[in-house]
Amino acid sequence: MPKSIPADSVGLVTPLTEHFDEPLELVCGRTLPRFDLVYETYGKLNAKRDNALLFCHALSGDHHAAGYHSMEDRKPGWWDNHIGPGKAFDTHRFFVVCPNNLGGCKGSTGPNTTNPETGRIYGPDFPLFTVKDWVNSQKQLMDSIGINQWAAVVGGSLGGMQVIQWAIDYPDKLRHALVIAAAPRLSAQNIGFNEVARQAILSDPEFHGGHYYEHNVVPHRGLMLARMLGHITYLSDDAMRAQFGRDLQTGRLSYDFDVQFQVESYLRYQGSSFVDRFDANTYLLMTKALDYFDPGADFENGLAEALSQTEAKFLVIAFTSDWRFSPARSKEIVKALTDAQRQVSYAEVESSEGHDAFLLPNSYYTDILNAYMARV
Amino acid sequence: MSLLRSDLAIIKKWITPGSRVLDLGCGNGALLRVLRDERHVEGYGLEINQKNIVSCLQSGINVIQLDLDKGLDDFDDQAFDYVIMTQTLQAVHFPDHLLQEVLRVGKQGIVTFPNFAYWKNRLQIGLQGKMPVSRALPAQWYESNNIHLCTIKDFQQLCRQRHVKIKEKVILDHAHRASAPITFLPNLLGQIAIYRCQQEESLLN
Repeated sequence: MPKSIPADSVGLVTPLTEHFDEPLELVCGRTLPRFDLVYETYGKLNAKRDNALLFCHALSGDHHAAGYHSMEDRKPGWWDNHIGPGKAFDTHRFFVVCPNNLGGCKGSTGPNTTNPETGRIYGPDFPLFTVKDWVNSQKQLMDSIGINQWAAVVGGSLGGMQVIQWAIDYPDKLRHALVIAAAPRLSAQNIGFNEVARQAILSDPEFHGGHYYEHNVVPHRGLMLARMLGHITYLSDDAMRAQFGRDLQTGRLSYDFDVQFQVESYLRYQGSSFVDRFDANTYLLMTKALDYFDPGADFENGLAEALSQTEAKFLVIAFTSDWRFSPARSKEIVKALTDAQRQVSYAEVESSEGHDAFLLPNSYYTDILNAYMARV
Repeated sequence: MSLLRSDLAIIKKWITPGSRVLDLGCGNGALLRVLRDERHVEGYGLEINQKNIVSCLQSGINVIQLDLDKGLDDFDDQAFDYVIMTQTLQAVHFPDHLLQEVLRVGKQGIVTFPNFAYWKNRLQIGLQGKMPVSRALPAQWYESNNIHLCTIKDFQQLCRQRHVKIKEKVILDHAHRASAPITFLPNLLGQIAIYRCQQEESLLN
């Protein structure tokens, strides 16, 4: 709980909801007849309406990127490190927009909301979303707010993929693209991890084919396992060694399957608390969107050709200990951009914290963002 | 590595306006800034030093964090009109390999380096018996990034061995002028060497 709101915080914020009656045609062939997008904004849109930043969230993120919802909040929004007055994404200068993606579970239309055509909760009937669909829905939000061009579109991980898609699909709608800890498409290993996570959920007896809402249960075990597995891939070997080592909970081995090592306790806690704040159908949908992302696949010559039509200036950032989306994956993006003769800068941040590093404080990372954003 | 104003001015003259440029070890982006503003070039700087990378970003220079010792694998053959390497050749692990990479990726290469055979360096080594410290070699031996210092003769010999054609060269004296006596005794009187070169065509695919 913040005793008082820090001076460099955007302060107390309230999510907004925008309703859309225009049907949204999806890559999967289905149509979402109408939908709500929940989003937050920080700062003020200027008279020329050209100071807006769009933030795209990652797999388990949401619209709450900065500030606090109430004085009782334990933690601020997920990117409070960098968004706020005087910070890299300076809310004195910029108007920040961060929506909850469709298919999410934090208020935007998704599996846990009511299907207007049936009056029942969507559940597993909610269509599978792709990164391209999210970008199209964000474009509708952009139009309804009345923004002609984003000063920058920014995102980490799955959010970074949305940034790439924005630059490809709406080249003249953004001036800068900040792609952080992302990849141009998933590797077989990445898809493998996602598949194990999905199987954990799908095989939970309380999943009920995705209709668990009607049974007043949640696939607690499955979603918890999915998150425990995911969490390991977001950390690095070094970070886990430093944080837990082989430390024991009780100081001695008990020769049974109870929690003994601290890392077990930590992962169980992380998994369990995730179940309280996240929806299993959303998790399935988000991992599928990750698996399907491959913007180069639509072009004969791959990613470089896909990016050759972009107009934005790119900043790509990777973290040395990130093995989920390693620096080599970011370099693929950079290579495609240089091959396509686009404007790009690339920085590799030394960090021991794995994929999660993109959310954590780091002085070089902050310097990079500050330096770059000063010219946006 | 700080870029001396005089070699900057010479390089600027050699660059055709509107060309594509890759600057290896671009430092704080000073050269690229001049080339962008006055020659309208497009391109990237490659740099490994964090402070320099932040400076480049502050100036709006496209900079890519990369260790030159790992080569230029991420760049295709002849992708740039010029690949520039100012005061960097002597600071990498494999200068001969990097020179070939420069001329693979660039249609032309521009290379500058401090001439170790400059007479004042010879005096410091020969008479004082100490590693030279000068305007062109400002660091003490234990702080220096320069691990493969060479002379004008050495460089030209490497170019001959590797079939590198020297298109143009300027040798600057202690005042960083290209004075008349230098033409006769470049390896003795020259402090800074600036070359524009090309891979002989038979070696390019």
